[in-house]
Amino acid sequence: MNALSSKPKHLLDFQDWSAERLNALLDNADTMMQVLDRPVKKVPALQGLTVCTVFFENSTRTRVSFELAARRMSADVVSFAAGASSVNKGESIRDTIEVLTAYKVDAFVVRHQAAGAAHLVARYSGKPVINAGDGRRAHPTQALLDAYTIRREFGTLEGKTVAIIGDVRHSRVARSNAELLPKLGAKVILCGPATLLPRELAAEGVTLTTDPREAVRNADAVMALRLQQERMDAGYVGSLQDYARVYQVNEDLLAFAPNEAVVLHPGPMNRDVEISSETADGPRSRILAQVENGQAVRMSTLYHLLVGRA
Amino acid sequence: MTQHSTLTITNIRRPNSDTSESLTIENGLIKGWNLPEEGQTLDGNGATIVPAFIEPHAHLREPGQEQKEDLASGLAAAAAGGYGTVVSMPNTAPVVDDPAIVRALIDKAAALGFARLRPAAALTRGQDGEQLAELALLAEAGAAVFTDDGRTNENARTLRLGLEYAHSLGKVVSVHAEDAGLRAGGVMNEGPVSEALGLPGNPAAAETAHIARDIEICRMTGGRLHIQHLSTARALELVKAAKTQGVNITCEVCPHHLLLTDEALRSFDAVYKVAPPLRTQSDAQALLAGLKDGSVDCLATDHAPHTRAEKELDLLQAPSGIAYIEIAFPLLWTNFGAELGLQKIVELLTTDVARVLGWPVPSLEAGQPADFTLLDLETVRPVDPATFKSKAKFNPWVGQDLKGWPMLTVVDGQVAFERA
Ligand SMILES: [Zn+2]
Repeated sequence: MNALSSKPKHLLDFQDWSAERLNALLDNADTMMQVLDRPVKKVPALQGLTVCTVFFENSTRTRVSFELAARRMSADVVSFAAGASSVNKGESIRDTIEVLTAYKVDAFVVRHQAAGAAHLVARYSGKPVINAGDGRRAHPTQALLDAYTIRREFGTLEGKTVAIIGDVRHSRVARSNAELLPKLGAKVILCGPATLLPRELAAEGVTLTTDPREAVRNADAVMALRLQQERMDAGYVGSLQDYARVYQVNEDLLAFAPNEAVVLHPGPMNRDVEISSETADGPRSRILAQVENGQAVRMSTLYHLLVGRA
Repeated sequence: MTQHSTLTITNIRRPNSDTSESLTIENGLIKGWNLPEEGQTLDGNGATIVPAFIEPHAHLREPGQEQKEDLASGLAAAAAGGYGTVVSMPNTAPVVDDPAIVRALIDKAAALGFARLRPAAALTRGQDGEQLAELALLAEAGAAVFTDDGRTNENARTLRLGLEYAHSLGKVVSVHAEDAGLRAGGVMNEGPVSEALGLPGNPAAAETAHIARDIEICRMTGGRLHIQHLSTARALELVKAAKTQGVNITCEVCPHHLLLTDEALRSFDAVYKVAPPLRTQSDAQALLAGLKDGSVDCLATDHAPHTRAEKELDLLQAPSGIAYIEIAFPLLWTNFGAELGLQKIVELLTTDVARVLGWPVPSLEAGQPADFTLLDLETVRPVDPATFKSKAKFNPWVGQDLKGWPMLTVVDGQVAFERA
């Protein structure tokens, strides 16, 4: 028996995941990257298995990334887009999942607007569940692809510092990164205006600041978070311009960061709000690499949960 | 009532007494203690007799939401919990803001023969928070208290006028104190747990800021204000201070706020979604201390049944509320019996509630209404939803072993519940 033997059944968040298990998953993503570089981008690892993507909340990019990942492993894929079906307010996750489970699906990929929804799916399905984003709680594969992107850049996460700037309060990406990166030896700095930066998120390996210059000073990676118009409408910021003046990730801000620092964004971007176009398209940007890495990380996650190793 | 029945219950004990006694009741009243046996006889099996409990705050959902609960199921559940009287909340569909609805509810409940119903009526029409309901006519129809519970009174002027008007009628106004703006979309206590879970938080200040305002309005009017389901340590401090300054204010606490904390939401199980939300361990401790030192005036369960399907929704969509009136005493006795003592717990469920509502103080002396319950303080039984009379057959304590089960509940001299 070794540390790898306690295999988590789901990827809902990182609570049940040891650093060893997470590193193994990221190591395996290297193999998946090689598959993606071949002319025929397909391996038979998940042949005969069916993966169901259940999106109660729209996200075409994430869904496509998961579905391609599953297909490249030779899994059959069905997708249940709840937005386009009869599911609306008042229909329970339980009813939906029990029906899909009866169709003999082997794994679920779930996106939902409510925190904890993926946990409910796990409770009612009994099959492996990958959380593809639940409310503002967690988006673990996004955090894994962020970690993988930084690891590829610097060879390790140990001792690295990641500054995450923007609407931290409503960000599942920030929460998942704040949970994952310290487990892998990195430090996280969360930054934003106090209205969007809950003090309670401070933890071992996670510090908070309202000053973006301080945030980026020792950062190896700077991640900008999407700021939505509705935050302005709800009074969290005075205006998008007012926010951008202080918190936009741009060349002026990055002048305070180390030269080798790279820039990330979980997408989709509001160009020239939380990130300048110049920076998004500039030499520090790893935003498209994140998308490519995301597919490999999701292949590795599916493989880990459905086939397993060790 | 014109029944001429006589009933003697033998082999019962009064609290903190080892003496076996008998009680005779006749025509709905207590005739006396240890009289020669007459009429029908019932063996109390050594149980402890206490006045029937009074629930100041229950949602019975009739009219309009009978899929959750109705008068029959709710009042039967109350009787099974040892309650003889229930104050029902008016946030039904339609809202209880019409004297005819109050009368209809009282008449229907009386015919059922379970716990007695004393409906609360809305303070404002349709609970719109703006225009006062017909408080005098509602009081005349039998409304026990005025409240817009389920909603908060955002318009301070309306609360002022309501307190003044209700006071002139000798009635209490009870309030659900949560500042709607601060609560916003909060579904659980705001703090480290809500942030870790990524769930929208409802801060303690939503309660305390609202109560601070209400205290000042109550002070100004001289009316009688009752704070429902107080949940935070700081709010209790505010109420305590106001009382010492002579403000005419009382407050209630619910057992679930003593027994559970926001940590329970880590399960993402909506059974734990309540309003106000489950708070922290230190809040729960302060509320328990308040029960001990008398700064909390009484206990209320805020029995708030929902269908299981509604509670299986995610935490954002699921409605707030826990229903457990049938096990309230066993929960309190099992968990706090040693700390609070039988006498205190029973007072908080009986005489203290009557005092808050301005009702005659219940007692078991000759000539008083025969309202009492027999408690088995020793036998441990699991919480079994199959025995629930309520339509809500789930709560956080299902399967737990509890003691202190009500065995027999008598209301107006009639058996309202007998445990098999
Ligand atoms: Zn309430």
